[in-house]
Amino acid sequence: MSQVPADLRYTKDHEWIRQEADGTATVGITDHAQAALGDVTFVDLPKVGKSFNAGDVFGTVESVKAASDLYCPVAGEIVAINTGLNDAPDLVNREPYAGAWMIRIKLKNSADFAQLLDANAYQLTL
Amino acid sequence: MTEPLARTPLFDFHVALGARVVPFAGWEMPVQYSGIIEEHVAVRKAAGLFDVSHMGEARIRGRDAAAFLDHLMTNEMSSIKPGSARYTIMCQPDGGCVDDLIVYRISENEFFICLNASNAAKDIAWMQSHIGTHQVEVLDECKAWAQLALQGPLAEKILSLATDLPLASIKRFQFLIGTVAGASECIVSRTGYTGSAGFEIYLPAKQATHVAQKLIELGKPLGLLPVGLGARDSLRLEAGYPLYGHEISEKISPIQAGLGWTVKLNKGDFIGRDALQKQTSEGTASKVIHFTLNDRRIARQGTPILSGDAVVGEVLSGTFSPILNKPIGSALVQSSTNPANLAVDIRGTRIPLQIAVAPFVK
Repeated sequence: MSQVPADLRYTKDHEWIRQEADGTATVGITDHAQAALGDVTFVDLPKVGKSFNAGDVFGTVESVKAASDLYCPVAGEIVAINTGLNDAPDLVNREPYAGAWMIRIKLKNSADFAQLLDANAYQLTL
Repeated sequence: MTEPLARTPLFDFHVALGARVVPFAGWEMPVQYSGIIEEHVAVRKAAGLFDVSHMGEARIRGRDAAAFLDHLMTNEMSSIKPGSARYTIMCQPDGGCVDDLIVYRISENEFFICLNASNAAKDIAWMQSHIGTHQVEVLDECKAWAQLALQGPLAEKILSLATDLPLASIKRFQFLIGTVAGASECIVSRTGYTGSAGFEIYLPAKQATHVAQKLIELGKPLGLLPVGLGARDSLRLEAGYPLYGHEISEKISPIQAGLGWTVKLNKGDFIGRDALQKQTSEGTASKVIHFTLNDRRIARQGTPILSGDAVVGEVLSGTFSPILNKPIGSALVQSSTNPANLAVDIRGTRIPLQIAVAPFVK
């Protein structure tokens, strides 16, 4: 069984989102997603400063088997990306909820957060 | 997709080992157990055990067996010695490939052939339809046999723990028939599809689970891992081996694929000879090349190959090489293009192809 931490929000596309104290949110992919992808070899992330709408493709995660799009869970502007994934893309497999965070985003509308799935609702989609 | 998926005799074995099982060529096959990269590296550094029971088998026997196979195959069959095997292509009259195969000579008038899973039924029908006046019978033995591949530098050591056969006496592309882990009448062949040392073992289907469990048990302390089709593909591409439907197909001839060494134009007439002779002397409009990328993005099958803005070909196979730690691939490109200036566009990033000579890993 894959892990679904209770303190995070989720999308049906298997991204997780954590609300930070400074009004930003951190985004990554779930344990279920990394297991389905298999060995991750590359994570293609956007430039800091770029803006996305909810549902936009913000990047790609590439495994030995396939390349999969990453979808932005909320509208906003990228304020940081995890450059550590360049050298260690396998962190996505090892620490999907910690070391393998992907982007930090400044929400355009903080109310968007409440629209996302909670852990129970996400678990039911698996 | 009307046919139900077939299962090899080792299906329950895979499930018990935690494999992820996926549909492949009409079969439910393990794509990975612990992870493609870990399994790949195990084969290069220690050993891996593959269930390849989806592969087909046929037996050809009769007074004209050798002449019949020389008529069907591009490589020379009549000169194979009993106890030896040879890689060959079976071609259409236009030079396109029906399949690529390994032919084992059991005795003067008896051969055993390993067929690709996706082509097995087609191959057997093709061979039967070309019997003509040859005194020969083509027997479908697909269901009778399971097949294991034990590959890697420690494969021989592990297999020696399970058999009394004199493995050291089996040279590359030779085989012996004997008992492995209590299963008699196994064909033990020093062949493989990984580029590493090792064996392929054809064994009676009913014995497959017992033998596989025994080999895992004996090999585990030496680093043996069960290996799925995911790593089988990355290993074979690293080794530069063609996969039917990718580097060779009904549309891509052995000459285009760089497999001219399997085509013996001087052995006498065979199906496809005229076309292959013409391709050899006049060249072909397109050919298969191999490449690496100095990037992390993988150029997948179907990705267009660019020369300037012009599309001059497409990727046939693409994966990540765990040994080179970079993407590798093969492509079909127009023979007239300058290979120095080729590139792929992957999601908006233009990446130059670094032309390589297969095998990528020696």
